[in-house]
Amino acid sequence: MQIYLPIAEMSVDVFLLLALGGGVGFLSGLFGVGGGFLMTPLLIFIGVPPAVAVGTEANQIVASSVSGVLAHWRRGNVDFKMGAILTVGGFVGSSLGVLLFSFLRQIGQIDLVILLSYVFFLGIIGTLMLVESLRAMRRRRVPTSGGRQKLHKHTWIHGLPLKMRFHRSKLYISAILPLSIGFLVGVLAAIMGVGGGFIMVPAMIYLLGMPTVVVVGTSLFQIIFVTANVTFLQAYANQTVDVVLALLLLTGAVIGAQLGAKAGAKLHGEQLRGLLALMVLGVCGKLLYDLLVTPADLYSLGVGHG
Amino acid sequence: MKRLLAIAFIVGALLLGAVASGGVARAPLVADLSEHLVAITTGFAGTDVLLFGATDDEGDVVVVVRGPSHSISLHRKSTVLGIWVNTASMRFDRVPSFYAVAASRPLEEIAGAAELDRHEIGIEHLELKLPRAKASENVAMQWRDALVRTHVDADLFQPEVGRVAFLGNRLFRAEFHLPANVPTGSYQVQVFLIRDQRVQSAQITPLIVSRIGVQAEIFDFAHQRSALYGVIAILLALFAGWLGNAVFRKT
Repeated sequence: MQIYLPIAEMSVDVFLLLALGGGVGFLSGLFGVGGGFLMTPLLIFIGVPPAVAVGTEANQIVASSVSGVLAHWRRGNVDFKMGAILTVGGFVGSSLGVLLFSFLRQIGQIDLVILLSYVFFLGIIGTLMLVESLRAMRRRRVPTSGGRQKLHKHTWIHGLPLKMRFHRSKLYISAILPLSIGFLVGVLAAIMGVGGGFIMVPAMIYLLGMPTVVVVGTSLFQIIFVTANVTFLQAYANQTVDVVLALLLLTGAVIGAQLGAKAGAKLHGEQLRGLLALMVLGVCGKLLYDLLVTPADLYSLGVGHG
Repeated sequence: MKRLLAIAFIVGALLLGAVASGGVARAPLVADLSEHLVAITTGFAGTDVLLFGATDDEGDVVVVVRGPSHSISLHRKSTVLGIWVNTASMRFDRVPSFYAVAASRPLEEIAGAAELDRHEIGIEHLELKLPRAKASENVAMQWRDALVRTHVDADLFQPEVGRVAFLGNRLFRAEFHLPANVPTGSYQVQVFLIRDQRVQSAQITPLIVSRIGVQAEIFDFAHQRSALYGVIAILLALFAGWLGNAVFRKT
C-alpha cells in the first residue's frame, strides 16, 4: 500500500516504513541505543532526500527518547543537573549544526559531510566497543588477579575552572566539560540526524566518569531537548520535517523496541555489545565503500531554485 | 469508469465538432486531455494521462508534456584523497521539471533537426544552455548529457518517445505516464501537427499537477507556518513517546 509523503514529496510503501521502524526499533530495544544512526542512512538509501531524512529522524527520536526516559526516570536514573548542562551546550551546538547543514546543502556538500561523519564516528566507536567486549569476554573466561582500582583518575580535566557538584553522578567537575560535550554532540545530532547517544554515552563514561547507571537515562533526557530543537529549526528554516513519515516510523519502532527488549533479556551483555559493535562497523564499512567505489554517475542533481 | 466516460465524451464532442464544422474552414488540430488536474492524494503512486484529438487531414502528430521550468544545479564528483567528492557544479536555468514526448512516427522521420530544435521536440532538441559560455563545446556537451541523464534516472525526463496512435486517419490518442515523484505545478501539453517536415499547427493545453487533501494541507502548513508546524511536530512526538511508554508499561 503506497502512501504519499507530503514533505519528502515521494510515495513509499507503508509496510516498508513500518518494517524499517520495527527493525530499527527491535535493534534499539535489543541494544539500548537510539537507532538514529541506522535509520537515517536507511531512509537516504530508500530515496528520502538526505535533508528530509535528517529533519524527520530528529522528530522521531524526540518520541523514542521520551518513551525511554520515562522508564529511567521512574527508577531514578536521570541526573537532571548534568542533563541540563549538557542540554545548554546541545542547544547551542544543534542550532549551529542546522545553520551549517543549510549552508552545506546549498553548496552541494551535505551528502559528503553526512557520510564522512558517519564513517568517522561509527568507525571509532565500533572499534572501541568491539575491543571492549572482546576483552570483557576474555576476562570472564580467565579470572583476573584481584587488586583495587582507583574510582577516578585525576587528569588535567579536573583542573578546569567553573567547578560544579553533580550529586546524582557523584561528581565534582568543571561545567566546561559537559558544556563542550553537549555542544559537539549537538552539532553532530543536527548534521547526522541522530540523537547522538552512541557518542554521548561513551563520552559520559570515559570523559566525565559518570556512573553507568545514570548514563543512559541522562543521555536520553538531554537528547529530547536537543532533537526537539533540531526538529523545530529544521522545520522552521528548511521545511524538512515530514510528520507523516515520522509517525509511521514511530509506530513500527514502538512495537519493535518491545520485542527487542524481550530478546535482549535472553542474551549476555558482552555478546550484545560485541554484536552491536559488529553492526556499527558493518554500517561504517558500507558507507566507506560508497565513498571509495567509483559512483555509477559522476554527476548528481543538486537543489532546484523556483 | 469515470475516465472512460470522460474519454467517450471528449471523442463524441470532437466528432460532433468535426461533423458540425463540415466543409467550412475548420481547425486543423483539436485535442484535449482526459483530465486537466492531476491530484496528488495520500495514495498517489503515479498516474496516466490520456490525450485525445483530431486533425483535419492526414499528417503526423507529436505531443510534448513539459513541467514548469526552474533553475537547478548539477554537481560533478572527482576523487580527492581516494574519496569521491563533488568538486564542480553548474547551474542551469529554465530546465523543465518534467519532459515527455509522444509521436506518431520516429521523430527524425517526421521533421528535420532544425524544426525539432525550434519547437524543442525530443530530449536531444531541448534547449538546455549552460549559464556561462566559458566551457568549451566538448565540456558543455558533457554537462548537458549529464543533466539529461540525471533527470532520466530520476524518472523526470522520459527517454523513449511514446506512441501517438491514430484511430482511422484523423482521430488520435496518446497516453502519458506521470510517475509518483512527478513535480507539482502548471504543465504545458503541446500538440503539434506536422506535415512535409514542418509544423503546420500547434495547440497548447494546460495540465495542473497539484497536491490535494490532507497532503496539500500538511505541505502548505509546513511552508507557510513553519514555526507552528515545528512546534506541533514536537508536541506530536512528545505525546507519541508518552503513549508508547504507557502501553509498554502495561504489557
